[in-house]
Amino acid sequence: MTETLKIADLHVAVEGKPILRGVNLTIRRGETHALMGPNGSGKSTLGNAVMGHPSYEVTGGTIELNGENVLEWDASERARAGIFMAFQRPMSIPGVKMADFLRHAATNVRNPDRKEGADLIPMREFRKELKEKMADLRMDVEFARRYVNDGFSGGEMKRAEILQLAMLRPKFAILDETDSGLDVDAVKLASQSIAQISQETDKGQEMGILIITHHDKLLDQNTPDFTHVMLGGKIVETGGVELARELYTEGYDRVRAAHPDAAKLEAELQENDAVAV
Amino acid sequence: MMTATAIQGFTQVDFDAFLALRAEEPAWLTTLRKDAWQRFEALDWPARNEEEWSRTDIRLFHLDRFAMPTTSDVAPPLAPGLLTHDVDLAGQLIGYNSQAATESLAEEIASQGVLFGSLDRLVIEQGDLLRPYFDREVVNRSKDKFAALHAACWSGGTLLYVPKGVAMEKPFHALSALGDGGIDLSKTLVILGDGAEATLLTETASTSETDSGLHCGSIELIVEPEAKLRYVNLQNWSKGVWHFAHQKATVDRNATLQWTIGALGAKLAKVNQEVALTGPDAEVQVNGVMFTEGRQHLSYNTHQHHQAPYCRSDLLYKSALQDRARTVWRGMIKVDVAAQRTDAYQRNDNLMLAPTARADSIPGLEIEADDVRCTHGSTSGRVDESQVFYAMTRGFTRTEAVRMIVAGFFQQVFDRISIESVRVALGEAIAQRVQDLDQPTPSAN
Repeated sequence: MTETLKIADLHVAVEGKPILRGVNLTIRRGETHALMGPNGSGKSTLGNAVMGHPSYEVTGGTIELNGENVLEWDASERARAGIFMAFQRPMSIPGVKMADFLRHAATNVRNPDRKEGADLIPMREFRKELKEKMADLRMDVEFARRYVNDGFSGGEMKRAEILQLAMLRPKFAILDETDSGLDVDAVKLASQSIAQISQETDKGQEMGILIITHHDKLLDQNTPDFTHVMLGGKIVETGGVELARELYTEGYDRVRAAHPDAAKLEAELQENDAVAV
Repeated sequence: MMTATAIQGFTQVDFDAFLALRAEEPAWLTTLRKDAWQRFEALDWPARNEEEWSRTDIRLFHLDRFAMPTTSDVAPPLAPGLLTHDVDLAGQLIGYNSQAATESLAEEIASQGVLFGSLDRLVIEQGDLLRPYFDREVVNRSKDKFAALHAACWSGGTLLYVPKGVAMEKPFHALSALGDGGIDLSKTLVILGDGAEATLLTETASTSETDSGLHCGSIELIVEPEAKLRYVNLQNWSKGVWHFAHQKATVDRNATLQWTIGALGAKLAKVNQEVALTGPDAEVQVNGVMFTEGRQHLSYNTHQHHQAPYCRSDLLYKSALQDRARTVWRGMIKVDVAAQRTDAYQRNDNLMLAPTARADSIPGLEIEADDVRCTHGSTSGRVDESQVFYAMTRGFTRTEAVRMIVAGFFQQVFDRISIESVRVALGEAIAQRVQDLDQPTPSAN
């Protein structure tokens, strides 16, 4: 059976303010979905809600992984169940080396029932794997000794997120503007890497990915099976790759005109700059 | 034969008996002790309305529960200490209740004129050599009643003297332990002659985790021109020990000092730590690591005194606080008129691991020169929930995430410490505390 991440009628509020108003989205392993939409339409909110960010309150609807209720799990349990998000602005953790962070993370994700304090992946084995993945991403080995995202440039952060994707090998990955802040060559490399990582199989199944982007580059190598347009906290249209092409060349005017109610909600959401959505 | 009167407390009779046991000490030292005793008797205990003591309550401290150090306490077997694991030492001194228990110094080091060991013993053997350094009065003996008490009654202690031009590669180690109800009035005196180089690791311990005790001590570090000193003191007493100390370094022209303080134990600590940069181009780095829990109260007054031009001083204190612990850091950078082109920095970061803990952080600047660069900063906050969330999305449990973030907080000080065994020991001591961390309640943001 193909594993499935199913989001149904999801409502999410931040600080009491409704952001998502009934999102429906089903991702099967092996599928590539593009999620597009103007800034502030709720794309990152969807990602944060799927990951279980405590500030994003689910006020209605369900998220299920193979029929299990994801909403009952904290972020750590979701990660160990195989759900991953590459953040648009990942947090830095000063004093903690990338390599140590990743070794512990990979150990937990690969052994979901590991008890705190139990052995980590053997150092030699881990180093070898990390070195290979870093070489794939053309990252200097020195990178592993730097502190997690501390003083990283925008591009370095994005590459570090892709490195984590490669090491943690989730079933489902949400990539939140992983192409922003990268120059042309770096976007190309990121696209190829993501394509390669997502096509690796685990128990015969490829990764299911949801790519949040404004650009076409990431989608060149990762052709979406489905493209969704979010406006005012709802998915208002779903199509194939041709919809993505239309949106990044033509923009959202046609979509707004076709969905005046959602466009109105979008305008209201825009007024609240304080909330990252 | 003279029979010694039993010492029972801190009266004139006790002091006379204390001096009688020290009849071999040079006359100048006896005079210093007597002068200090008079000051001790004349001074009042610090009052709550004194600014420096306003946040540190010593009403529960009663000196009469303790007595002046005698020479009758026999040291029990002691744990080896934390700082010397896998370290090849130049010399070692172990003290117990303010007297030396064992001493060792490699012959090839002694033959270079290096003195290391019990200050009690060496001040008798090398009185003429040491007198000028006592006469400098690096720590002001009249600063307060604790300083005067210490100057009158110091006992045991550690001397490291490295003659001009002699460079020591291996570190020296001094461990000073307290038994239950014990007293430690030890003094540490380090003298590095011109161009000398040395590393001294000192640490304190208690014989059990519940011991009571009193430490009223001083540290004097004299770093002569071009000399290089790395000095570490790790305070790891039980949480029943009162800790009062005046500590001062004087660092001359082109000399460097790296001074690392680790504070894990004590019921209440009131420490004055001062560095004086007395010659041009002197450089001082001060590192502080504190981890407090229960009802511990640790108060540090740090003072960076720039007296000469072109000097650099850089102080970083980091504390983590659990339970109802309290820390006070009061930092001062003072730049004299003569100290142009000073580059001075002070920073104190506090990580609050419980809502009932409290950290006071009070940086200060007093600048009389006009061409200087002086900066300071302080932060106090809880573990950042957005960091916790990020780590959790990578599979860390909440507890694992918090432990990792706390360890990372301290790593930033460890990165500055150039002695590996000290980095490892402090790292392990902190890791042990962090392992014991309960799952903290999430903050509301």
